[in-house]
Amino acid sequence: MVQRKTAPPTPQIGGSRDISLDIPVAPEMEIVATAQAAALGEHVGMSRDKIDEVKLALVEACINAFEHAHTRDERLHLTFRLGRDEGGGDWLEVEVFDQGRGFDHLRIEPPTPEQTFQGKRKRGWGLQIIRSLMDGVQISSGDWGTRIVMRKYK
Amino acid sequence: MSDACKVTAERRGDVAVLWTDGYINNQGGEEIAREAYSQLESGARALVMNLEKTRIVNSIGISILIEVLERVMDRKGVLAFCGLTPTIDKTFRIMGLAQYATIYRTQEEALQAVSPRV
Repeated sequence: MVQRKTAPPTPQIGGSRDISLDIPVAPEMEIVATAQAAALGEHVGMSRDKIDEVKLALVEACINAFEHAHTRDERLHLTFRLGRDEGGGDWLEVEVFDQGRGFDHLRIEPPTPEQTFQGKRKRGWGLQIIRSLMDGVQISSGDWGTRIVMRKYK
Repeated sequence: MSDACKVTAERRGDVAVLWTDGYINNQGGEEIAREAYSQLESGARALVMNLEKTRIVNSIGISILIEVLERVMDRKGVLAFCGLTPTIDKTFRIMGLAQYATIYRTQEEALQAVSPRV
């Protein structure tokens, strides 16, 4: 984990359109965030099933932060971006940024169904679900907090 | 706001059908578990969970469904799911639920499959 005192700047992506949304760390606020993701997905003509995948990944990112980040400002800072890559592929990107205590995602051992069933480790699936549902996931974390950027192509 | 999950149930002999409507998070999962355990206590040996009115779940809710599944398995019962969206289906498979419970496309298929097994 890279230790930094301040968050690295959000990468600037040429031609992307950004929408920012802050949500409080509170029950079911993740559902408010999914409404924004759904609206943007519909705007670019993304299929309902792909929108559902973005929504579920976003829910997992939010509840991970709610539970584990211990944010200093009691908020999550979300940015939704629409863009197109050089090959012409349209994408929706969702960034979840918290000013919490950070974590080393490389040291988190992915759970397995065998550990989950008839075992005590039922939780800890969030990152695996996010990675499985999205086309690209970048995680950076440190003393400044955690930033998860998730991309889904139309 | 509330997309709180509502759970309704109907008994068909040894089989209990549970319908969910709304977000399956921790509260939604607990609602389902409460109804499922009540059905098991009153003699149901198979549960069919119809999720056709649920479009969003989270991993906490699914972990509670796994606990329900474990209790059903302990009693040598059967748990089947139906009406899953493709995303929920995929998530159940990621977490391994599909290895221990069976997923059917429709409620009819699920009922036909579980009825002879109980």
